[in-house]
Amino acid sequence: MNSYDVAIVGAGIVGAACAYECCRRGMRVVVVDREMVGSGATAAGMGHIVVMDDSEAQFALTRYSQRLWQQLKSELPDDVEYEECGTIWVAADDEEMQEVERKCSHYAARGVATQILGPGALRELEPNLRSGMKGGLLVSGDAVLYPPCAARFLMECAQERGARTRMGCKVVGMSEDRIRMEDGSEISAEFLVNASGASAPELTRGLDIKKRKGHLVITDRYPQFVRHQLVELGYLKSAHSTTSDSVAFNVQPRRTGQILIGSSRQYGAEHKEVDHEILARMLQRAREYMPGLERMSAIRTWTGFRAATPDKLPLIGPLASDKSVWLATGHEGLGITTSLGTARLLVDQMAGAGTEIPNGPYLPSRLGKEHAHV
Amino acid sequence: MTSNAPFNFDVLVVGAGPAGMAAAARAAESGARTGLVDENFRAGGQIWRSGCEDIPAEAKFWIQRCTSAGVMALRGVRVVDQLKPGELTAESMDGTHKLGYQQLVIATGARERFLPFPGWTLLNVMGAGGLQAMVKSGLPIQGKRVLVAGTGPLLPAVAAYLRQHGARVLMICEQASWLSLARFAITLIGQTGKLSQVMQLKKELPHVPFLANSWPVAAEGNEVLERVTISHGGKLETIACDYLACGFHLVPNTELAALLGCQSENGYVQVDDLQRTNVPGVFCAGEPTGIGGAELALLEGQIAGLAASGDIRAAEALTANSKKLKNFADHLQRAFQLRKDLRSLAKPDTLVCRCEDISYARLERHRSWRSAKLQARCGMGACQGRICGPTTQFLFNWAPDSVRPPIFPARVESLAALANCREPAPQNVVGGH
Amino acid sequence: MSEVVVLRVNRREVQVPAGATVGVAVMTAGAACRTSVSGERRGPLCGMGVCFECRVTINGRAHCRSCQIVCESGMDVRTDD
Repeated sequence: MNSYDVAIVGAGIVGAACAYECCRRGMRVVVVDREMVGSGATAAGMGHIVVMDDSEAQFALTRYSQRLWQQLKSELPDDVEYEECGTIWVAADDEEMQEVERKCSHYAARGVATQILGPGALRELEPNLRSGMKGGLLVSGDAVLYPPCAARFLMECAQERGARTRMGCKVVGMSEDRIRMEDGSEISAEFLVNASGASAPELTRGLDIKKRKGHLVITDRYPQFVRHQLVELGYLKSAHSTTSDSVAFNVQPRRTGQILIGSSRQYGAEHKEVDHEILARMLQRAREYMPGLERMSAIRTWTGFRAATPDKLPLIGPLASDKSVWLATGHEGLGITTSLGTARLLVDQMAGAGTEIPNGPYLPSRLGKEHAHV
Repeated sequence: MTSNAPFNFDVLVVGAGPAGMAAAARAAESGARTGLVDENFRAGGQIWRSGCEDIPAEAKFWIQRCTSAGVMALRGVRVVDQLKPGELTAESMDGTHKLGYQQLVIATGARERFLPFPGWTLLNVMGAGGLQAMVKSGLPIQGKRVLVAGTGPLLPAVAAYLRQHGARVLMICEQASWLSLARFAITLIGQTGKLSQVMQLKKELPHVPFLANSWPVAAEGNEVLERVTISHGGKLETIACDYLACGFHLVPNTELAALLGCQSENGYVQVDDLQRTNVPGVFCAGEPTGIGGAELALLEGQIAGLAASGDIRAAEALTANSKKLKNFADHLQRAFQLRKDLRSLAKPDTLVCRCEDISYARLERHRSWRSAKLQARCGMGACQGRICGPTTQFLFNWAPDSVRPPIFPARVESLAALANCREPAPQNVVGGH
Repeated sequence: MSEVVVLRVNRREVQVPAGATVGVAVMTAGAACRTSVSGERRGPLCGMGVCFECRVTINGRAHCRSCQIVCESGMDVRTDD
């Protein structure tokens, strides 16, 4: 039985970030994943680093973590494709324009500079949005990147500091200082971290994490068609719903000139096949905002599963029922953004140190349930 | 299964090459309401491609049969997705179409396999079938120096065709050994049809050197091909030329079958004697079930068409003939197996994925197709891995990924359509002119 | 019926036999179809619509596979060249 300070289950962006942070603090780390680095939701998602103000706690974590990405950006290799292209929250009607104003003051009061765009300014920045948009809010500090390579980079940094990895290795149990693999082998560690995303409840029974399926489409190369990540303000309504399937306009320019088109959210969908109905709805919504998308060549479609908690905040911290098990999961659509912040909060707690932002809102114990270990 | 599609066929055939035309003709002759869909504007597939030229006689025969039997031809229409069992999504230049069916025959043919070597991305380096297709489509080849290389019976056929059109075919470089070729030649004895084809080719290529144990190691030129270096029996020789027609046999087009959930083995769609796949109502005929040439494709197409339209007895009657031809297909496979030497042609900076310009060096560290795709973007381009998939499978032994829609790049509007956007104009099988 | 079709490739007039594909027209014009990600000039490879090397813009529509499209008189073809 090998012995480490930390054993992390899950080599997606969150697991990789945790490994990175643990190694920065000189801990002996092993990361185990049933597939490879940067798979799962990390491979499927949009790679948008965005400050979100759904709640104070969400704002605090996304802002904290976004700053960490900005500090790291000069070290990121080219294939991570980090671009601070910014987000524009698009307002299609007067009600949404009011939301733009509210958001602007809200962000400003919390130290995030944004710019309100009237219809003319919006048109100049994004000429391919359909005419008739009321305006939008530009958040320049937001960025995009390519998540599988970002996860790989973080993992490589950890490995340079001595982290070990066991890829292609399925974990079947984690409790009481040990993780147990499908092949019968075991690894012992003082801290066990469950960073396995939508699969987290398989290893930690009772976790209130549900799969939220998403769809994405990527086009061939159309350079300069979109310049910023564009999100409709109705997105918040979509992300709010906890029961029904929803779609929202959300497009991203990739450095290649390809356009990533999203987004959709479904509850209760367990299979990973593309759902034609919801895909069609998503694309119909997208072309309402950008008619020029309609005739573009779409090369691929795929799905992924976000890990969703009841209050839309991740679980970062220890399990009450087992001192050795820690959670770093439940990030829904903000895994990329909050990965670095999650890792800091987690490792600060492990070290018994104070956290740089209040960690109360993300503690597993806030949900008031006794989680059983597997 | 009911469908809302205005085009609701008893039997829908995808692909209008030999297998597809034979299937459509037989199905329609048996009384089935039959549709034949192909992305090209003229029937014939690859082997009977006509382009600017006259349609080959054998193709004419089957086109006529289809027309007489009332097959509804949908030309210039490409199948991109399955909306639900019994309904396919297809698109043409100006519309999206839903094609409903009770029975489906997949006759999607094959494509060439390409292997990377330094300079293979230069202009005027093409597939063997690739250059032939371009010449058929009007590319002037008179007086041009062409080197034909790779592997398979396509090479001498292409060489003969190019020569007929005035090209100076400098040589044919076949990577198989003389022993493999001799063994293959022996299997042709007793197959008079095939033997006479070979004799015919020999007649048409009197002064064209045919080299076995031979393959290209580099193509060079300033953006455009100027010369090719070949390895022959361990020695290198550089030959000036205008075109390199290079392909390494064929790989089956199994994407539609895979999308529909058909089982495959060793990369070929599994079918029974009546060309049925494991998916009820879905048949497969021709190259996707095994590379066997036009004669076998015609036979399998007929069996599938008859079986799909319910004439099981007539279908069964034809199965006796297919055994000999399927044996030929096996011999073909063995004779032209790729030698290990071809794995080391690529240098570290040789591009392997042409859509995304990913070099050999960036790929060799990965242990799976998925890893290479996610980290290096290999196979993430427009060809959806059709070129680099078979290549990397040979170079690195990577197993291919599962297929996701669309099976060809499709317009966003096609993926956004749940109902028909436009009815495809039915045409006769040949075309407007 | 005319034996020859006249179209424009990168604004220059090109003549091809009737039935010829746009891919042939581009090659006849001495142009490459596209410039690859790393800057290489590329032309048709497979001749049958699976390699995507022959993509050009036809009458304003990008990413058309030229080896599969028959030339029509007056077509406006643009390549990356």
